[in-house]
Order: sequence, then C-alpha cells, then structure tokens
Amino acid sequence: MAKKTAGKTAKKKKKTRKKPESAIGPRVVSDEEEKAVVKLRKRAKNKRKESRPAVLLSGNEACVMGALAAGVGFFAGYPITPATEIAELLSQELPARGGTFIQMEDEISSMAAIIGASIAGIKAMTATSGPGFSLMQENLGFSIIAEIPCVVVNVMRGGPSTGTPTSPSQGDVMQARWGTHGEHSIIVLSPNSVEEAYTLTVKAFNLSEKYRTPVILLLDEVIAHMREKIHLPSEEDTPVFNRVKPTVPPEWYEPYEDTPSLVPPMAAFGDGYRYHITGLVHDTHGFPTNKQNEIKAHLLRLRSKIEKNRREIVMVESEMIDDARIAVFAYGSVSRAARRAIVLARSTGRKAGLVRPKTLWPFPEVAIEQLAAHVDVIIVPEMNLGQIVREVERKAAGKCRVVPLNRIDGKLISPEEILREILEV
Amino acid sequence: MQKTDLLYKYLRTDKKFPHLWCPGCGNGILMGGLIRAIDRMELDKDNVVVVSGIGCSGRLPVYVDFNTLHTTHGRALAFATGIKLANPDLVVFVIMGDGDATAIGGNHLIHMARRNIDINAIVINNNVFGMTGGQYSPTTPSGAKSTTSVLGNLERPFDICKLAMGAGTSWVARSTVYHVRRLTDLICKAVEHDGFSMLEVTSYCPTNFGRRNKMGTAPKVMRWIKDNSIPVDKAKDMTPEEIGDKLVTGIFVDRDDPEYCTLYSELRIKEGYDPHEHEHGK
Ligand SMILES: Cc1ncc(C[n+]2csc(CCOP(=O)(O)OP(=O)(O)O)c2C)c(N)n1
Ligand code: SF4
Ligand SMILES: [Mg+2]
Repeated sequence: MAKKTAGKTAKKKKKTRKKPESAIGPRVVSDEEEKAVVKLRKRAKNKRKESRPAVLLSGNEACVMGALAAGVGFFAGYPITPATEIAELLSQELPARGGTFIQMEDEISSMAAIIGASIAGIKAMTATSGPGFSLMQENLGFSIIAEIPCVVVNVMRGGPSTGTPTSPSQGDVMQARWGTHGEHSIIVLSPNSVEEAYTLTVKAFNLSEKYRTPVILLLDEVIAHMREKIHLPSEEDTPVFNRVKPTVPPEWYEPYEDTPSLVPPMAAFGDGYRYHITGLVHDTHGFPTNKQNEIKAHLLRLRSKIEKNRREIVMVESEMIDDARIAVFAYGSVSRAARRAIVLARSTGRKAGLVRPKTLWPFPEVAIEQLAAHVDVIIVPEMNLGQIVREVERKAAGKCRVVPLNRIDGKLISPEEILREILEV
Repeated sequence: MQKTDLLYKYLRTDKKFPHLWCPGCGNGILMGGLIRAIDRMELDKDNVVVVSGIGCSGRLPVYVDFNTLHTTHGRALAFATGIKLANPDLVVFVIMGDGDATAIGGNHLIHMARRNIDINAIVINNNVFGMTGGQYSPTTPSGAKSTTSVLGNLERPFDICKLAMGAGTSWVARSTVYHVRRLTDLICKAVEHDGFSMLEVTSYCPTNFGRRNKMGTAPKVMRWIKDNSIPVDKAKDMTPEEIGDKLVTGIFVDRDDPEYCTLYSELRIKEGYDPHEHEHGK
C-alpha cells in the first residue's frame, strides 16, 4: 500500500471513525452534533496538513521527527538492526538543538542513562530491537516503579535470541507487556504507517510525561524501513505535554503523593527539591518501605494511574465495521494487509471490517467486548504464533468465534491469506 | 562546625534512622567522610546528586539529604551518566560496592574511564558481596572463604585501582576507612578534578567476611589496615616483594584529560546551538 492521492486520503478519513474505548461519561452535545464538529475539525486539520510540504520518510525517520517535535533532548542507545537509523539520525540532530546523544556500551546502560537524563528533567528516549529490548527489561521496571517518564522504541525482528535480524515480526508483544518482572501496568503503542510512526512517537512522549511511566513504541521492521510520502503535522496539530512540576515549597513536597490524578508532580534533580528515588517499593516520600499497607497502596496506584485512564490511553480505529459480520483485528503492518483483504472481501459481498488497535497495552478490552457482541467471528492475523489473540479470546468470552492466523517464517502476512480466511470462516 | 550540627545539616535524621548497617561496618565511616568533604567544599546541597547501586553500600543515599538515587545492581554509573549529561551543573557522586562496580557493573566502569565524564565514583571495597550474605566477589583474595567459596576462593582478585588506570581513568586514588581525614581530603580532590575520578575505599565487612576468615573484631581489622597501609610515595621505592599484600594508598593518577560534557557543549556550539539564547537544558 503505497502513497495515496489527497482525494483518496480524504475519502478514507471519512470512513475512519475513532471508537471511544468506553461510552461512559457526561454528554453535553448530541452524537450528531459531536460528529459534525469532529468532521469539521478533521477537515480543517487535513487542509492545514496538505498545505505543508510533503516529505518522503521511513518509519524510523518519522519516529525521529516525532521525537524531536515532542521535545526529546536526550538519546542513549546501542546500535542494532533494524532500529539503528533512529540513533544515527539523532546523533546528528540533537547537538544543534542543545540536546545530547550518547552511544552507550550496551542496552542495559542505555536504558539506565535515559532514566538518569529524565530524572534531571530532560525528555529522553532509546531505540532497540529484540536482543537489546531483552537487556533493557530490568531498568524498564525501574522506570515503572520510580515513575520516570521515557520512551523506548522496539523495532521488532524475528527471535528468540539473534533470530532473524532483518525479517519482520510481531514476536515481542507479550515481552513488551510482561518482559520486566513483577506486577505492573504498561503502555505500548503500535503504528501502522510512516505517518503514524510520527504521530504515535509524539503521543508516546505525551503519555509518558503525563502518566510518569515508560511508554513502549512497538514498530515492526516493515513500518520502520518502509518509505511513504507524508505531510508532517504543524506544531498546532502536535500538542506537546510536559510533566507537571511541583509548585509547593520543598518542605511540603511529597514526591510520591497519592494525588487525585494518581500522578504526583515530578521535580528534577537540581530543582531545589531534594528527594530520594529508588527501585524499592517506597512510601509517599520515596523512602523504602516494608509496611503492608504502603506496599499495596504504592503498587495499586501504579496500576490505577494507567488502568483508570484507558479512555485517553487506549486508541482503537475501526473501518467498515458498522454492518460487519466478520471482523479482522490487526495491528502494525499486518493491519494494512488486513484492510486490503477486507476491501477485496467486500467486493465479493462479504461484510468484513477492520478493528485496529494503536494501543496494544493496556489491551482495548471494551472495544473487543463491543465487537464480539455484534460480529460472528474475529480473525486475528499476527506475525507470531498467537500473542494478542489470547487477549481477544479472553475478552470475546465465547460471544463470537475467534480465529488466529499466524506466520513466523520472516515473511509478511499477505492480503490474500487474510482474504482466504475471511472467505472460509 | 560541631559534629552534631554536621549530622543535622546533611543526614535525613528525621526520616530513615536507625540505619541498617551492622556494628563495625565500614560504610558509615565513608558516609561521614563524604559529608565532611561536601561541607568543606561548601557545595550547595540542591546541586549534589548521590547515586548508588544495590548492596549494603547501595543503601547510603537514603541517609543523606541530597538529590539521591538508588538504582539497580551494577548500573549506578550508567544512570549517573544520563543525569550528568542532562545537567552538567550538578555535582554527581556514585557510591558502589566491589561487586556492584567490578562484577555486574564492570563493563560500565571501564567505559566511564574511557569517556571521562566529570563524575566522582567511590567504590567501597569490602572484598565480599555483603548484602546477599557473604559470597565471593571479584576482589575476594585467592584462598579466602565465603559462602560460595567455603573451600577457599580459586579466583584471583582484581586490583580496582589498576583496573581503573588500565581503562584510562584520569584520576585514581585509594584510601581506607581507617584513614578518615585522608579519605575526606581525597574526596575533595576527586570533586576538584574535572573528569572521571575513581576512589577505592578499602573497607571491612565484619559480619560476612571477617567472621568467616577469622579476622577478629572490627577494631582489630582497623589496626590491621593501619599497620598494612603504605603511602604511594613510599611504595614507589619498594620492590613488589616488599609491598606484598600491603595496601598502597594515595593518588595514583591525576591527569588533565578533556572532559566529555565540555567536549559535548563545544560540539553543540559548533553545530550552531546558542546556549545563551536558550534557558539551560530544561
Ligand atoms: C541483577 C541483580 N543480581 C543480583 C542481585 C543480588 N545482589 C544484591 S546486592 C549484591 C552484591 C552486593 O555486593 P557489593 O556490590 O560488593 O555490595 P556490598 O553489599 O558488599 O556493599 C547482589 C549480588 C541484584 N540485586 N540484582
Ligand atoms: S553485611 Fe557487611 S557490608 Fe553489610 S552492613 Fe553488615 S558489615 Fe556492612
Ligand atoms: Mg562488597
């Protein structure tokens, strides 16, 4: 699926509908009004975008542009295919912007260094692939428990171990969820285009700053290396969120206070708030604790700050789903093959539709519950032996059939394979 | 300043005391040296960062009233790298155990030496994994007993200072927990040095090392350290046989190598970045 003409893009956008993770919440305007407003806003945004020059970028390059737009000031990493271009590009881009690039001795220290930079108040990221992502897991857990914002890009390649360094894969979906030890929640985003590699990188930074947590961007090798013509959004269309800093006098500052937002303000080292940061379970002052009530309160808040904000964090897009009896649930590059298959299926009269999670974790549970209630079957194609499909099965809970479609030979899942499955089910 | 004033000024006396170290442990002596040095240098507490790894030594930051970071085992130097590069105005100390610095974190140590970032590393060498109950470490002497070398250690120990020197560290010194005044002086010198500095502090773990190796009480070991240390100036004129297993103390290397943060800010300016136009870092 290559570049599109402006007209086609607009048509596609019309059919695309953002599905809210949950429909709860006060409604001040009617559905119709809201839809009209959203449509107008989208049209204006597209117009602004199209007036900007088009650029031809790879997914990795778009990720770098997104990071710069979001305000990244520090990158630490260790070279690895197929993520290396991100480091190479940032090593050139950061100095002129007053930022810092450093090539560390391994991915363990890379992860550590970005956490350190973030503690000193700078937005920080790293980029890696499977073997390096494995090495990052311990310190990833540190950034979760110590609530240090940062962005980790994992361009997935075939594993385990050195695996197939240049082949696409979606084998790290569960590692991203559970790779670091212990009970925790995590945010994982998955773009399916070069443009989305840009927008979701910005989103990753924003979510990490807002919720004080690492955010993982799972690219697959195809999205990372594919080139597409995109119009980079303007600054106006790229809202940037910066972490909330404390405003209280230092004596009052409780760095891990249980605030109503569940996310305590974060002071940088050097800001005048001298406090303690540790990977041990800690009390609201940041000091290690063994008290049962404090352990529980701490771990539950870490979970709640993500789970209770699913409405903002969980992004799902659906297409051609309103009358669909067969849904394809696909993410990353596979979702593009799925879309093509659905269009082909519709031309033969099959009522198929696409549901595409941009957020893999927290898992779009409500979207699947709603979907399972009105389709006969959900097909889940993945470049692994079935990872996200288990979550789909769990949430569909027998209300509809769930059919996996898997491939692990280093080749993409083709539209034809998905079409065959659609026609068979 | 009165001793107690110093305690109230620099320790988190109302928070995390009593500390968890055993009676006779060397960790507290190093902590005393650290705050005396910081006081003597009149460093602004808000600008001081103390980073540690995991171990008994790693517990130090929790007790001192600075910007403190207790990281993962062996990785303190890598976390500190991010902090220092992001804000070079901060004075960064990294406190590590011998296991922390030379076993699991050995790779980071040698690369810090090579990069020469202005960070002050202090390794508390008690020749053992104290926190996990006394297993042999990369500095446990050959033949010594530990819970994983009950039959005697077959491995040869690192000389931490030589390791740091070999990797190119621009400032390397050794002191001990007996020589408290000298220790404080050396910490001040390490801070004054513009570049990576590595101070090894010979310490003692009575609970998990001394007991198994029949070294006697903590005061007895202190006396041993005193009697067996020789200043580096004296050692210069001695043969290796004469030095034997004695502790050579003092500054081994003090070189003016280009510091990384300085090089990086020059690179930024060369690339067209104007530091005065932008508010610092943030
Ligand atoms: C990745 C990892 N492996 C193992 C441990 C267990 N562990 C905790 S402290 C320690 C050794 C500490 O020895 P040292 O660094 O010499 O510090 P000391 O306690 O002697 O001060 C070990 C192995 C850990 N915390 N993390
Ligand atoms: S176990 Fe050893 S190193 Fe740890 S506190 Fe006790 S004496 Fe000190
Ligand atoms: Mg030790």
